[in-house]
Amino acid sequence: MNWLFDVFIAPFLEFAFMQKALLGASMLSLSAGPVGVFLMLRRMSLTGDAMAHAILPGAAAGFLMFGLEIVPMTIGGLAAGVVVALAAGAVSRFTIQKEDASMAAFYLIALSVGVVMVSMRGSSIDLMHVLFGTVLALNTDALVLIGLVAATTMLTLAVFWRALVAECLDPLFLRSVSRLGSPVHFIFLGLVVLNLVAGFQALGTLLSVGLMVLPAVSARFWARRVETMALLAVAIGMASSISGLLLSYHLSLPSGPAMILSAGVAYAVSVVAGRRGLLITLRPRPSHRTA
Amino acid sequence: MQPAVVTFSDLTLSYGGHPAVHHLTGAVRRGSLTAVVGANGSGKSTLMKGIVGILPPMTGRCTVQRGLRMAYLPQQSEVDRSFPARVIDLVSLGLWPKRGLLGRHRQDDRDAVRQALSGVGLDGFESRPIDSLSGGQMQRTLFARVLVQNADLILLDEPFNAVDARTVADLVALLKRWQSEEGRTVLVVVHDLDLVREHFPEALLLARRPVAWGDARDVLDAGNLLKARQFHEAWDETAPWCEPAHGHAHQERAS
Repeated sequence: MNWLFDVFIAPFLEFAFMQKALLGASMLSLSAGPVGVFLMLRRMSLTGDAMAHAILPGAAAGFLMFGLEIVPMTIGGLAAGVVVALAAGAVSRFTIQKEDASMAAFYLIALSVGVVMVSMRGSSIDLMHVLFGTVLALNTDALVLIGLVAATTMLTLAVFWRALVAECLDPLFLRSVSRLGSPVHFIFLGLVVLNLVAGFQALGTLLSVGLMVLPAVSARFWARRVETMALLAVAIGMASSISGLLLSYHLSLPSGPAMILSAGVAYAVSVVAGRRGLLITLRPRPSHRTA
Repeated sequence: MQPAVVTFSDLTLSYGGHPAVHHLTGAVRRGSLTAVVGANGSGKSTLMKGIVGILPPMTGRCTVQRGLRMAYLPQQSEVDRSFPARVIDLVSLGLWPKRGLLGRHRQDDRDAVRQALSGVGLDGFESRPIDSLSGGQMQRTLFARVLVQNADLILLDEPFNAVDARTVADLVALLKRWQSEEGRTVLVVVHDLDLVREHFPEALLLARRPVAWGDARDVLDAGNLLKARQFHEAWDETAPWCEPAHGHAHQERAS
C-alpha cells in the first residue's frame, strides 16, 4: 500500500507548489464546470474558445507595461474579454449575422496581436507562460483571484439558475413572461469571461477554456438533467486536475496540458462508454418491451 | 356587456414597411372565446405578436388592460428539444409569473403542474426527457404549460398542429371550460373552419385587413370567405404608400 501513498498523496504533502496548484485547479473546476455546461447547451463551446484567445491582447498590454504581474494582466484581460463578449453577444442577438464567422476572425486577429505584443518585450519563456500558463507557479495573489471568481460564479449561478435554464430551454417563453432574457445572456457571458481570466493564470490563453468545455461535454454523455450534468462536470474537472498534476509531477510533463489531456481522456471514455455514448447507441437490441 | 381586455385602434403591424395586419379596429371582450382565421400570410400570427408586444405597432394602437396576466403559445416554439430537461421541467416554467426567479416551488405548484399534464392527457409523462416526445405530445406539453400559467388572457397560435383528433376534442373542451366557467379570455388561431363553426362563439376573419369580426357562423359565411380569398399573399414592392386620406373602408367590429 505504500506505493499508493507515494504516487497519489506524497507529492501533495511534500511540496507547497503542488498544494497551491491543486487548490487553484480545484476551485477552477468547481467554477468553470457548470459555466461550461451552459456554454455547451447554448452551442457556444467554440465561442468560449474564441473568447479565451480574445483575452490575450489585454493581458499582453498589462504585461508590456508592468511585466509578469497578475493584477495588471488580469485587469487587461478582463477588459479585452468584456469588450469582445459584449460585441459578439450584441451581434448575435440584434443582427442576423451568425456568431461563428465573426468570432473566428476576431480570435485569429486577437491571438496574433497578443503574441506579437508579448514578443516585443518578453522572451520565448514568457510567451510559453502566456500561451500555456503555469499552474505550478500559482502564488497567493493568483489563488485569491481564482477564489474570488469561483465565489462570484457560484453566487451568480445560484441566483440566476432558473433564468439561465429558461433562456436555454425556451428563450421566446422567457421573453414573454420576464424582462430577464437579454440581461441573463450578458450576465452569462460575463461569467464566461471571468472564468477564462481566472483560468488564464493556470492554463494560459490556449488552454484556459479546457477545464470549462471538456468536463461539460464529457458529462453530457452521462447525465440526463442539467443539475446532475453540472455536478458531474465539476467532478470530472477535479479528477482531471489531480490526475494532470500527478502526471506532470511523476513524468515531468507540462502541468497545464497534462490536466487538459486528462480531461480529454475522460471525454474519449465518455464518448465510447457513456450512457448515451457510441457503444450503447450502436449496440443492436435484440429485445424490446411491450410499451 | 363585458369590458374590453384588448383594444385595437386603427392598428397596423408591418415588416419592413409591408403591412401584415392592416387598419384593425375593435375590441376583445373579457371572457370571450374567439377564433382568428384566414389564409397563410393573412396576419394571424402577426396579430398575436402585436398583442403580446413582441412586435411594436407601425401605426395605431393595441391597448391591453393593465395588470392583465397573459399566456402566449407561439406557432413555432423556440424550445430547444436537445436540452436535458424533463416534461415536468418544461411545464414548470409556466410557474414563472407566480414564483418568478427565486420563489420556491411549493407543493400546490407541483400539484398544479401534475393537474395540467393530466388535463392534456399526459399522465405518466412527468419524467420523460423532452427529446423523446412526438410532435403532438410536445404540443400538448406546451399547452399544459399555458394551463399552469393561470393567465387571464390566453393567446394560442395554431395549438392544434400535429395533434390527433381525440386530443383536439379534449383541448377544445378545455378551452371552452376556461372561457365559460373560469371567465378567461381566449384567442386561438385555427385553420379548421368546421371546428370554428362548431365550437367557437366568435371569429375574426383576416386577409391582412380585417374582413369580418363577430358571431362565428356569420363571419364564416360564403360571402366573407370569398372576400378573404381575394387578397394577394405576396408583397408588392411597387404598392402605393397607404395614406390616411385614402380612406379605405375600415371594418368595424360587428357586435
